[in-house]
Amino acid sequence: MANALDPHAAIVTTAAGETDGTLTTADGRPLARALARSQRRAKRRAFLLVLPLLAFILITFVVPIGQMLQRSFYNDGFSANMPQISAWFANNPRGTPPDDAAWTALATDLQASAEERSIGVVGTRINYDVPGTRSLFTSTGRKVRRGLEPPYKETLLAIDEQWQSPQLWSAMRNAATPYTGNFYLAALDRTRADDGSIEQVPERQQVYVMLFMRTFWLSLLITGLTFVLGFPVAHLLATLPMRKSNLLMILVLLPFWTSLLVRTTSWMVLLQQQGVINDLLVWVGVIDNGQRLQMIYNRTGTIIAMTHILLPFMILPLYSVMRTINPSYVRAARSLGATSWTAFRRIYFPQTLPGLGAGALLVFILAVGYYITPALVGGSSGQLISNMIATHMTDTLNWSMAAALAALLLASVLVLYWLYDRLVGIDNLKLG
Amino acid sequence: MAVPTYATPLERIWHYTYLVMCGLILFFLIAPIVVIIPLSFNAEPYFTFTDKMRSFDPEGYSLRWYRSLLTFGMQNPDATGSAFWSDAWANAKWVQAAKNSIIIGFFATLIATGLGTLAALGLSRPEMPLRRAIMATLISPMIVPLIITATGMFFFYSNPCELLGMIGLPTNCGRLAGTYLGVILAHATLGIPFVIITVTATLVGFDQSLNRAAASLGANPRTTFFRVTMPLILPGVISGALFAFVTSFDEVVAVLFIAGPDQQTIPRQMWNGIREQISPAILAVATILVLFSIALLASVELLRRRSERIRGITPH
Repeated sequence: MANALDPHAAIVTTAAGETDGTLTTADGRPLARALARSQRRAKRRAFLLVLPLLAFILITFVVPIGQMLQRSFYNDGFSANMPQISAWFANNPRGTPPDDAAWTALATDLQASAEERSIGVVGTRINYDVPGTRSLFTSTGRKVRRGLEPPYKETLLAIDEQWQSPQLWSAMRNAATPYTGNFYLAALDRTRADDGSIEQVPERQQVYVMLFMRTFWLSLLITGLTFVLGFPVAHLLATLPMRKSNLLMILVLLPFWTSLLVRTTSWMVLLQQQGVINDLLVWVGVIDNGQRLQMIYNRTGTIIAMTHILLPFMILPLYSVMRTINPSYVRAARSLGATSWTAFRRIYFPQTLPGLGAGALLVFILAVGYYITPALVGGSSGQLISNMIATHMTDTLNWSMAAALAALLLASVLVLYWLYDRLVGIDNLKLG
Repeated sequence: MAVPTYATPLERIWHYTYLVMCGLILFFLIAPIVVIIPLSFNAEPYFTFTDKMRSFDPEGYSLRWYRSLLTFGMQNPDATGSAFWSDAWANAKWVQAAKNSIIIGFFATLIATGLGTLAALGLSRPEMPLRRAIMATLISPMIVPLIITATGMFFFYSNPCELLGMIGLPTNCGRLAGTYLGVILAHATLGIPFVIITVTATLVGFDQSLNRAAASLGANPRTTFFRVTMPLILPGVISGALFAFVTSFDEVVAVLFIAGPDQQTIPRQMWNGIREQISPAILAVATILVLFSIALLASVELLRRRSERIRGITPH
């Protein structure tokens, strides 16, 4: 900071100011304090430049995601609209059979909720846990709106036998508190048994863990494929003379700049049973017209299309690292007697690791969250966890479940992102 | 990249195998994009080369799918002359989608580039506090899976003031979902990381003493910015803006969740087309978009070279 040209140091040290041994500025203030002050001002200025964007991102991005994630553990659809029965559940431990007080509370709540027309919300909440109960709540609601006579238990059972189902009461108990971890349990294919213990759901209902595994496994496979395909191309681009490599680079950058939907569409066109690749194979005679390959609307389609789409994200970081590798190391190794394979394995390849790490992490992070491509070309065996989140958002309307799945996916992506920042540094993220 | 003279025959064979492999991989990269261009001129509603196309019979080719882009949604597709064009401009679905994409992309880019450039200037100052954490936050829209961003926005934009209730303010201030503003804000958020990355990369090579020189010659900070800093980082800013525009122009997940029927964009229209009944008209759109990305790629490449030249970095 002793630089005389430094703009925020209007600080001229003077030997004359040295009375008690501390350096002072021209106007007599202690130098250390003046410096600290000017640095604080510089910090504030830098921060003020960033502040508008930071506020924008917080409001339009961080807060919405936080708000959405809140739904994964907070759902007051039942507890807010059915206060009396919720209180009964709070006062009586799990396992208590519903007594007269419980039936009275349930009937009163049902009637009140039906009058306020919130019965649909209540039914939806219970429907998450016991499929098919939404109509039980709405149809009962329609009947009790006109008033309900004791004995309540018999009246409700007369409307629908299902009201005494232990499964239903267990579900109502679980929903009686707005804060719940049950959606996370469900996202891990677990459920709460009637006695409150945690158990696995029946085998044919286990979907989520399988989907998470499939998402990670496919992403790993795609990362591996992009590495196998990307490494030779990046090497070629990095070792060719500038003029030639710039030309070939266009072949990598054009797909990178082309719309994701366009690339997905072209794979749909190419891989169809009546598409170009099958036609070509039939024409060449590799396969019969009758046995055209099913390469799309299944896992193969997802893998091929995603590998193609993510390949540039592997090639570009590898290329930028390989460009900086000095070729004389490999030459030195060769001159010392290494075979070309040894020279590659022991000298060249280790130097490409930073680029490889950057590319692999980036491809993996992007692949784990893919939605569009699996939705269009994946069929049912090529769907990833993002597609399940979308299904819960738009079809089953189980938003809390979508939020719990999103939270788990987000947590794994953020861990990888943190790893990326540690190993590669976000500053080194480059585009094109 | 020739084979060295001391290479063994095996190494020579390996070298040529390697070149062929690279050729095949590059073919894999580019072929899917190139192949849809001739297919979009197919005279038949098929997704493969018909016999007539293969024998280069002019009858095998037609512009019918390009015409169908205009006529889809038109009230009177049989009109001729100016009536046809004004009808297409006012009613054709794809034309409306293109208009929406351009309007939304333009304003989203404006917001992302403005705020992003300002922040990049702050982030590349050495005094910036919490630099790493803030940078990570600003880049995160690119990393977080789109479906998570879109669902978060779906809830937030249906009632953006819900949280104000916590501090006692009215919680109902209209909706952002289903409005142009909502989609623009969402797309600006998604485009910001690209602006930050490109502009900070440009600023890495920026010589801070130029600013000091300007200051020492009597320029105030504003003059310094507009006359010295801005012209030097402009190529980076423009390529960041192009990235942000492409992001918006290509984005479909957020649009699916927060846009209303009035904000149909080209990707959204394509999504509908692909999901419902895919016709070669989609290939015609795809071809137009490929030409568009070629133009963008060329501009970004020219900007990059210009930036390197004016900053005195010669290509190595």
